[in-house]
Amino acid sequence: MTHPDVTPVIKARGLMKRYGTVVAMNGADFDLYPGEILGVIGDNGAGKSTLIKALSGAVTPDHGTMELEGKEVHFRRPDDARALGIETVYQNLAMSPALSIADNMFLGREWRKPGFLGSVLRMTDRTRMNEFARAKLSELGLMTIQNIDQAVETLSGGQRKGVAVARAAAFGSKVVILDEPTAALGVKESRRVLDLIKDVRNRGIPIILISHNMPHVFEICDRVHVHRLGRRLCVIDPKQHSMSDAVAYMTGAKLPDDLNEAA
Amino acid sequence: MTSPDTPTKTISDFEAKLEQADTTVAQFDRDDKTAIAIARGFMRDNPTLIPALVLVVSVLAFGAIAQNFLKASTLSLVLQQVTVTGFVALAQTVVILTAGIDLSVGEMLLFSSLVMGNLAVNNGLPTGIAIAIGIAVGTAMGALNGVLVAKMKLPPFIVTLGTLSIYRALKLAYSHSESIRNVDIEQKAPSLLFFGNNFKMLGATVTFGMIMLLIAAAIMWYVLNRTAWGRHVHALGDDPDAAMLSGIAVDRTLISVYTMAGLICGFSAWVAVGRVKSISPIGFETINLDSITAVVIGGTSLFGGRGSIVGSVLGAIIVGVFITGLSLARVDSYWQTFATGCLVIIAVALDQYLRRASK
Repeated sequence: MTHPDVTPVIKARGLMKRYGTVVAMNGADFDLYPGEILGVIGDNGAGKSTLIKALSGAVTPDHGTMELEGKEVHFRRPDDARALGIETVYQNLAMSPALSIADNMFLGREWRKPGFLGSVLRMTDRTRMNEFARAKLSELGLMTIQNIDQAVETLSGGQRKGVAVARAAAFGSKVVILDEPTAALGVKESRRVLDLIKDVRNRGIPIILISHNMPHVFEICDRVHVHRLGRRLCVIDPKQHSMSDAVAYMTGAKLPDDLNEAA
Repeated sequence: MTSPDTPTKTISDFEAKLEQADTTVAQFDRDDKTAIAIARGFMRDNPTLIPALVLVVSVLAFGAIAQNFLKASTLSLVLQQVTVTGFVALAQTVVILTAGIDLSVGEMLLFSSLVMGNLAVNNGLPTGIAIAIGIAVGTAMGALNGVLVAKMKLPPFIVTLGTLSIYRALKLAYSHSESIRNVDIEQKAPSLLFFGNNFKMLGATVTFGMIMLLIAAAIMWYVLNRTAWGRHVHALGDDPDAAMLSGIAVDRTLISVYTMAGLICGFSAWVAVGRVKSISPIGFETINLDSITAVVIGGTSLFGGRGSIVGSVLGAIIVGVFITGLSLARVDSYWQTFATGCLVIIAVALDQYLRRASK
């Protein structure tokens, strides 16, 4: 499970972020390799969210470096990360409930009509966007949603997650980041979202999965990054460690034998 | 590495039960069979239907009460009276869609009209240039509101409450509290009165201002519904954090919204001069609240994200119908104000009732 010769898709070293006197990231390292699902676990307050926000451009670290496929990158806004093919599904989904499914999928990157209508009158190409949205939703088996024009607020929690994952999968050409994708979902809906995640990975896009749900993490992740006290404690192979090991590491009850195992 | 489809650990026991689970998607009993529920759903999907319905009903009702009401001349008078309010309501709608509010619209309008009048009449500038500068001044005032809201992160209510006083003071200082008379405008800058021109059609008086309002409303409808910017304005009012995470430049969009409001107010100034034929620093005292009233009656939510331009224009007309209708029915003017107040409360109550249905 080690990758000595492979360039990581994302490589971060020594990320620091302070909020006043609170240190949210204290020299955090991070590696994501091609084609894998990497789990990120950690206790509340370990700084997982800040790490993820740094990777997705919502937070700018005070120090440290980030590389995307070996090239150094600096994100100041979520848009910067998105432009490079890093898509994030936030826990609160970052969708506008009053807008339609298609509107939400294209929020911030609307397609315009060709020619005069688009360039001068700035008219959005609704037909093309609706078609694309419908295609992407059916690709992921989400077309139980009848109407692409219906407002997101009329969807169930699971359907909303589905739309958010479809949006990320449609535009995330390099990396898809999922923050607690199964939180607040029923058993059946969680299963559906996990299958979706595997679908996306099978198409070759590496995935970062942040979750508190150990069974889910251990089921679908190839490697698990354990975050503790603002930095990476270790990376473990879920096939060689038990869930209780992982919980012991992330809560500090036990120290891993080899800090760089599988990293 | 194992193949991606075989789980690395056994599926948890409780999930293994899913194999036997009912495969239909979650279903709920729906109560969409009753007539009320159907009507409610329909109105929710077509938010401009309510103001349109209210307008038709009130026109018919006043037609029955006041004998002169259902005449082309009376109805066109109503439209003339609400032209300026309608314009300002366009500006107010864009701002309210972002869950903001602009209390300084009236002052921006008056200041712009005074700039136009003073430059054209007293300073002898070509009228076209005077109008352009007037509109630019309105736009700049709107931009200042936008910068304060977006960059200083101040609540829009506070910002525009402040600029309301500031713009009013600047306006009085600039104009020395003096009006510009109609004769002077007619002599030196007749094109300032352009939107007051009218023609007769089927007994109705149609002013250029009314036609311009329709054109402006159509443009704003297009901008809000068919451009990316319009979608961003809705998203911003719906949930600013989600909008930011979706990659929308929140600050820039907010500034552009308030600037747009200033621009529309600047333009309305020109229309307003055509309507009242003179320029006074103390006209249009109630237009701030009138514009908000029109927007709310038109079905736009003060909490942002939902609303329509068409509704706001209809809202302005409804208020005009009530005022004119009640005065033709010889109801005292304070009861006219009373009725407007009731309208606002009913409109918001209805909005809440429909919203609950969507949850």
